This record gives sequence, structure tokens and C-alpha cells, in this order.
Amino acid sequence: MSTSAIAVSGLRKAYGDKIVLDGIDLDVPAGTVFSLLGPNGAGKTTTVNVLTTLTKADGGTARVAGHDVATEGKEVRSVIGVTGQFAAVDDLLTGEENLRLMADLHHLRAGESKRVVASLLERFDLAESAQKLASTYSGGMRRKLDLAMTLVTRPQIIFLDEPTTGLDPRSRRTMWHIVRELVADGVTVFLTTQYLEEADQLADRIAVLDVGRLVAEGTPDELKRLVPGSYVRLRFSQVAALDAAARVLPGATRDDQELTLQAPSDGSSRSLRTLLNRLDEHMIDADEVSVQTPDLDDVFLALTGHASTEAIAQ
Amino acid sequence: MSTTTAPTAPTAPLTDARIMLRRNFKHILRNPVTIFNGAVMPVVIMLLFVYVLGGAFSVGERYIEYVTPGMILLAITYGLSGTAVSVNSDMAKGIINRFKVMNVSRGAVLTGHVAATMLSSSIAIAAIIGIAFALGFRSPATPLDWLGAIGIIAATAFGTAWLTVALGMAAKTPESAGLGLVPLLLLPFLSSAIVPADKMEQGFRQFAEYQPFTPIIESVRGLLAGTPSGGYAAAALAWCAGAALVGYVWSRATFSRRA
Repeated sequence: MSTSAIAVSGLRKAYGDKIVLDGIDLDVPAGTVFSLLGPNGAGKTTTVNVLTTLTKADGGTARVAGHDVATEGKEVRSVIGVTGQFAAVDDLLTGEENLRLMADLHHLRAGESKRVVASLLERFDLAESAQKLASTYSGGMRRKLDLAMTLVTRPQIIFLDEPTTGLDPRSRRTMWHIVRELVADGVTVFLTTQYLEEADQLADRIAVLDVGRLVAEGTPDELKRLVPGSYVRLRFSQVAALDAAARVLPGATRDDQELTLQAPSDGSSRSLRTLLNRLDEHMIDADEVSVQTPDLDDVFLALTGHASTEAIAQ
Repeated sequence: MSTTTAPTAPTAPLTDARIMLRRNFKHILRNPVTIFNGAVMPVVIMLLFVYVLGGAFSVGERYIEYVTPGMILLAITYGLSGTAVSVNSDMAKGIINRFKVMNVSRGAVLTGHVAATMLSSSIAIAAIIGIAFALGFRSPATPLDWLGAIGIIAATAFGTAWLTVALGMAAKTPESAGLGLVPLLLLPFLSSAIVPADKMEQGFRQFAEYQPFTPIIESVRGLLAGTPSGGYAAAALAWCAGAALVGYVWSRATFSRRA
């Protein structure tokens, strides 16, 4: 048990007659990154709120660092740090004052507080803006400040609720870099995201949450194995060509709207040559040929029967 | 205390409240609208009534002597709008959740707002009293009378601050928090703060006689005129205690429910 940073069993939560969490089981080993992946409304934030003692669950148990979140809230709160979806910074204080506020509330001594604040400003590249009001910060800077505020006390377990939602790609990469550094320091990270790539990049284990239920759990590779293997995607300019190709490649699935055909393939040069030779024999030309390996989008589609919000957005 | 950065987190309500007071007072100083409402407006209104309108009222004494207690009250109520908005935006933004997951004494978030409000009120009140003296205000009050007046003024600031914190908590948006305060801002005008109640129309007169600000005003006025009235003072303190209690219970309940 001592190696579990977070252990959750049968967690349930409903708001009125709307079931948000419908029996969740999780186990997060200490020192790892665990990602809870799911679309908006899947119950990710509710899970974080329960685990961080902000919300009481209706049923089930949850232990964080060995402490029961329902009865030992104070002990849980003393080892965790939380950075929510909306940067919880004080707009009317400067970056430095925000960090000082955290240090004061944790009753750090003056000298230590000064040192911790200075090193966090440095580490998060905020030293130059330290004397500016947080209201003047960009989205990426606010998120960095928010995370820096969380780190003032060096929590053992950090909850990051959609830490990169709404950030530009560059800021997102900076956040990823910071998360990796935290893990290198031995911190356990519980990360929720609706970005499949983010979970793939950062997490040791991923659980896929869909309308309050876990539909899959495993390493990113394990999840990818759950879906059919790689395939070759052929795009045509005319329906006639698509028809002809579908006739000569029986195992392929067609998409009439996109005018594409997906033929199973292990991605080797030999299977590719065989396939292209077959098209050649029947004098069929594809406009575009690409080899696709399954990504987490495919996993999501296969597991939940609907695409992720990211895929819908595209 | 631990010498490491590991969270020591002993809940220390007083320390936490002091930290929150400092934070909230910085907010007040950095918000030009709050400064204007809390300090400039009461002074402007005071000059307006003393120099422009007051001459038309016959109140049975010099108008500056009559209206100064009323202006002190306005200095309190005008400062409240900033508090309501700032409490509300604390709740609306994620920062309240941050405090909640940090073992910060829960009452400290609220008492910090009350204390900051009272601190800024005292500054505004000191300004009003200073200006009153500059405009010719004279008082035969003994130091003990002054002490009594200050006590009632402080109780009023305390009661209205708690009520405002509760209103700010309960409101859905900062705009509605500001709007929810309008009745409180209007009440002094419908009391004997600016003109005696017996000069008002029938319905207003009855309202003015029974509403909380009248005993508050009359007790402060009596004390500053050197003619204290025990009945008014008791009623004033009862109203303030009631407001503080309702505000405290209401805001604590809203605090645990929201977020």
C-alpha cells in the first residue's frame, strides 16, 4: 500500500439525478504520472475535486498518500498541490506577491520564504515580470505562476486539472517540460486532459474516462494495442477509382465522404509493395498514400464509440 | 516549526487572517474605483451637503454639527461596494479553491475581508472627521463620549462588513454583488442622517424612525453633542450585533457550499 500515492475504489458522485462518477477504481503508484483522459463533462474535474477534498463523494473510498480524503482532509491537504483549469492567481497582486502570499500562508520563515520565491520566479522564467500585476500576464505566464504557487511547499502529489487547456502550442510545451522536471524530482502527478497527445507524451499510465466510467486503463502502448494495427490510407479523387480499389482490396474499409480507403497493413515495405502492385495491376491510381499507426484518437473512438473533442474540433 | 519547506501547516486562524487582511487591503489600495467610492465620494457628498444643500435645511442647529455623524455613516456604507465586489470575485475565480486545499483557516478568508473593510473605513472616517473640523465642526463631547461614538461607529462598520461579505458570497456575479448592496447604500438617506425624520413625508418618516441607521446616527449624534442617549445606543448596538451575526452565519454557510 505504501507505494500507492492515490488509491481509489468504487468512487461515486451524483449531482441531483445526474451521475457524474459511476464507480471509479484507480491506483497511482508513487513517483509516476497518471493521466485521466476524457472529453468535457466526463467527470475529470469532479474526480480531482474529490481527491483534493473540495467535494465529498457519495460512495466509494479514496486515499491520497495513505490518508482517507473523506475523514483525513487536513492530512491530505498537507501533502498535495493543486493547479486547476482556471489559473487561481490573484490578479491584483504582482507575481512575486502571489508567491509570497503562498509562502506566508504556509508559515514559511521570512528568510526561507524569500529564497523559495526567488528560486521559483527564476525556474519558471518569471523573474522579469515579478513586479508586474498578475492581471497583465499572458495566459501561459498565468498558468506558470499558478503552478509555481502550487510548488511553494514542495507537495508530494500534484493534481493538474487540464493544465494546458487554452494555451498556445509553445506554452503547452513549456508546461510539459515542467511536468517532466517535477517527475524527475520524484513527485507524483495526477493529470487530467482532453488532449490525447498530452497524455501520450507525459503519462506512465492513462485511464480513459467517459461519462463517469473508466472505459480503459493502461500504458499508452497498451491502449494503442487495443485498437486494430496500422493501416495504409489511400485517397482518391473520383468515386469510380474508390469503387475499383475497394473491389481489389477486400479487407479494406471505405469512407465515401472523404473518398478514402483504409487497408490493413503492418507498415513494412513488403506489405506496402504488395498493396501498390495490386492497384497497379488494375490500373488504379490513388492521389495520396499514407501509412497510419494508431494514435490515441483511434483508441478513444474504439473505446467510447465517439471521437474525442479534439478530433471533433479538427 | 519545521526548518524544511515541507508543509508544516498548523492552522493558525489569527496569522492567516492577518495575511488575508494584508492581501485584501492591497486590493483596496490598487483599485481606483474602490478608493473613489470609499474615500473620495463621502468627502464630495459632505462638501455638497454642507455648502450647497445644507443651507436649505433647518435642523435646529448648525448643519455641519448635524450632518457630520451622517457623513461618517456614509463613509462606512460607500466603502462597502468594493468589499462586495472583491469577495465575489474571490469566489468566482479559482483562488478560493486554492485557499481551501491549503489548510488555510477557513474563517480567515472571510475575516480578512471584514478586517480590510474596517481598516479602509477607519481611514475614510478619519478623513471625514478631519474635514468636518476644518469646515467648522465643534463638539462639546468628553473623551468618554468620543470613545462611545467610536465604539458605535466601529460596531456599525463591523456589522455592515459581515453583511456585505455574505452578500458578496451569495451573489452570482460581481455586478449583482454591487447591485445587492444598493439598499444598504440608500438606507442612510432614508434615516435621520441628512435631515431629521420629522421633516419627511408620513410613510418615509415611519420607515426612518424604525430602520437600523436612525438609532445608529442618533446615538453617535447624541454622543458628539455631549447628550448621549442610552436607548438609541442600545438599539444601535443590537442592530449591529444582529447584522454581524446574520452576515457571519450566512457567509460561513455560503462559503462551505460554493466551489
